Amino acid sequence: MRMHPSYEMLRPGKKFPHVWCPGCGHGIVQGAIIRAVQKLGWSRDEMVMVSGIGCSSRMPVYVDFNSLHTAHGRAIAFATGVKLHNPKLHVIVITGDGDALAIGGNHFIHAARRNADLTVILMNNNIYGMTGGQYSPTTPIGKRASTAPYGTAERDFDPCALAKAAGAAFTARGVAYNALELEKLIETALTKKGFSLVEAISPCPTLYGRLNKEGNAVKMLQWQKANTINIKAAEKLPVDQVAGKIITGIFHDVETVPYTEIYDQIIKKAQGK
Amino acid sequence: MKNRYEIRLSGSGGQGMITAGIILAEAAGVYDGKNVVQSQSYGPEARGGASKAEVIISDKEIFYPKATAIDILLAMTQEAWEKYSSDLNPDAVAIVDSWYVKDLDKPGVISLPLSQKAREEVGLEIIANVIALAAIAQITGVVSREALERSLLSRVPKGTEEKNRQALEIGFRLGKEAKK
Amino acid sequence: MSKDIRLLQGNEACALGAIYAGCDFFGGYPITPSTEVAEEMALMLPKKGGKFIQMEDEIAGIGTILGAAAAGAKAMTATSGPGFSLMMELLGYGCMAEIPCVIVNVQRGGPSTGLPTKGAQADMMQARWGTHGDHPTIALCPSSVEESFKLTVKAFNLAEKFRMPVILLLDEFIGHMREKMQMPAPGELELYTHPQPTVSPAEYTHYGDGSSVGGPYASMGSGYRFNITGLTHDQHGFPTGRSDEIQWKMDRLKDKIEKHRPELLEVDQEFMDDAEIAVFSYGGAARSAQQAIREARARGIKVGLVRPTTIWPFPDQALEEILRKVKTVIVAEISQGQLLGEIQRLNQTHTKVIPVQRYDGEMLTPNEVLNAIVEVTK
Repeated sequence: MRMHPSYEMLRPGKKFPHVWCPGCGHGIVQGAIIRAVQKLGWSRDEMVMVSGIGCSSRMPVYVDFNSLHTAHGRAIAFATGVKLHNPKLHVIVITGDGDALAIGGNHFIHAARRNADLTVILMNNNIYGMTGGQYSPTTPIGKRASTAPYGTAERDFDPCALAKAAGAAFTARGVAYNALELEKLIETALTKKGFSLVEAISPCPTLYGRLNKEGNAVKMLQWQKANTINIKAAEKLPVDQVAGKIITGIFHDVETVPYTEIYDQIIKKAQGK
Repeated sequence: MKNRYEIRLSGSGGQGMITAGIILAEAAGVYDGKNVVQSQSYGPEARGGASKAEVIISDKEIFYPKATAIDILLAMTQEAWEKYSSDLNPDAVAIVDSWYVKDLDKPGVISLPLSQKAREEVGLEIIANVIALAAIAQITGVVSREALERSLLSRVPKGTEEKNRQALEIGFRLGKEAKK
Repeated sequence: MSKDIRLLQGNEACALGAIYAGCDFFGGYPITPSTEVAEEMALMLPKKGGKFIQMEDEIAGIGTILGAAAAGAKAMTATSGPGFSLMMELLGYGCMAEIPCVIVNVQRGGPSTGLPTKGAQADMMQARWGTHGDHPTIALCPSSVEESFKLTVKAFNLAEKFRMPVILLLDEFIGHMREKMQMPAPGELELYTHPQPTVSPAEYTHYGDGSSVGGPYASMGSGYRFNITGLTHDQHGFPTGRSDEIQWKMDRLKDKIEKHRPELLEVDQEFMDDAEIAVFSYGGAARSAQQAIREARARGIKVGLVRPTTIWPFPDQALEEILRKVKTVIVAEISQGQLLGEIQRLNQTHTKVIPVQRYDGEMLTPNEVLNAIVEVTK
């Protein structure tokens, strides 16, 4: 019998089965993260996975890294402390649309602004899953949720545009359907100095799909396949053919000096070196 | 000489009263070996308007840190004089800046040209607080000249030592003249 | 070597105490009247190779120190009033996840924005019960600049040993006043740093038996991989819903305090040998009480002072004994009766208890306490 390649990076025994529903995209994102770390050849001991609260934030329990499952919205604040105290560690933040952009919105923009050397994987399922389907900052206007039974009246955030405006070094988007592209984006983000964001669009058939009559898990993934365009292709298309589609790929990628390196220079200055 | 002094340094925000309080407390506490407590008013009260720093100097342990009966009062402005001169001891020494405090409602107040000398002789009005401290030391003996100089020079920015020494000398001189 | 005597604010002494204790990480958000602690740390930490970060709010301030502490830092934050309220969420996280750190609260008048520049002692109950759920609390209260230094050192030692956030409950009066103190020489004060595990990573359990008080625990990135969560968890740190494991965890948190009260509690007593009246006071208010009891003694009144420097856990036994012994107890505090409530809870002997309170932003005066003492003798 051959072991699944991800198995060595997981925590067998008590921690499985996981909490994610059948058809949830989060497992696909987890697999992409594990493969990206394996490709980079990084050891589990130097990896730290920090998360907040929500479906996506359960991931650290399953992955055999140093893992820190924090409070709702606060993952980035904790992760900033981990990285600043021990810059040798590779710190991945696992978060969701509600966790990162509503309750944790302040931490999200300020980590991007100060260019904290973190890789944030924002698993966007457009809904609060764990608490039963309430609308989130990425629920598109008009879509239904348990707290928006007639459709939401609010506009949604574009996390990548938000992070770029706040000063991130790298922003990209992938979809659960295209696991290989997602894996490559995560690998690039992990090696990037400074604040990097990968938004991973992940279907929630149990709540978002059911409430909005988007069909089962298979249909939702088929929809992703049909409605996703890579940024390079999208740039060549007229605007009306891009409207309403999910654009994937790297949106923003600049070379920066991360916070931790600037802080090292401050230490030298304070010590008169 | 008394074994406990309650001192209030008052003026308007920006006249360096809190800095003066710290220098005085450090001089008496660290260099003269007395017990000291220093406190100050904060907040809107400390910006513009009247502000004050209080120092208690004692041979014995100090428990309650606030001044209740003032032995030495410095008032650098009319407003400070009016606001902070109500709780003086009968034998208190009150020193005011002759430039800014014109209207005195008590007898026996020592009026000194602190700001005037700072401007004319040092060329820096802000240093009037140092002149005032030296005058207080000279008149009351609450702190030694050596301690005041050491404390002052350990606190002022590098490059300003000469001007501060000059201010001390002016203050000692004004104090001597006032005592005559 | 000549003595190093300095004139310091209570807040500065707190920061210097933290550096003495080996603090190498500070995260926080500026707020009056605690800001001098942050400013001093911003100046000193980089010189020592430590890290200072000003976060976007107080929640992030405590969050970032919890992250740093989980990675092995000796970490601290400092705040006041509304900031302490914001920190309640993650104070509970620190208790549940058993992460050592020091939280300084320089108390100001409340509720809400209240009195930013004026002192109070009205966060005593918030320090104990402000975060939700049953949890252990250690809070220390200094009454002088020197105590501010020494209790900060002690707070770090207790945090490391008991593996939890420890609160230093300063107040504006002590935080902002300056006194001289002799700086302890290196090695003069005892410092405690938790031991590292010696077992192999495969055998290691992050919350294993014996790791609760004084035991070893690992830092993230040290080769021991484990999970930390704010969810109720088993000894490996993995979430659990099993009632036997929940009971184990909650007992573990409770026993930290209950089984170690003697080494945690510190109650200072002055003139209590023959006292018939006892003044109970702590923190800034105790300064007025110290003055008042001396003036009363000078008048021949048999009065003493009982001053807990550990306010949580509350020194039940010591105070109960005094309540039994004396005829009258005066409770002097700068709040509407938070200390008083605890004394009344303990007062099974129905000793006469008289409150002396002030909550107008000013310190109690010695006269206010003295008048109460004199009144008792009439």
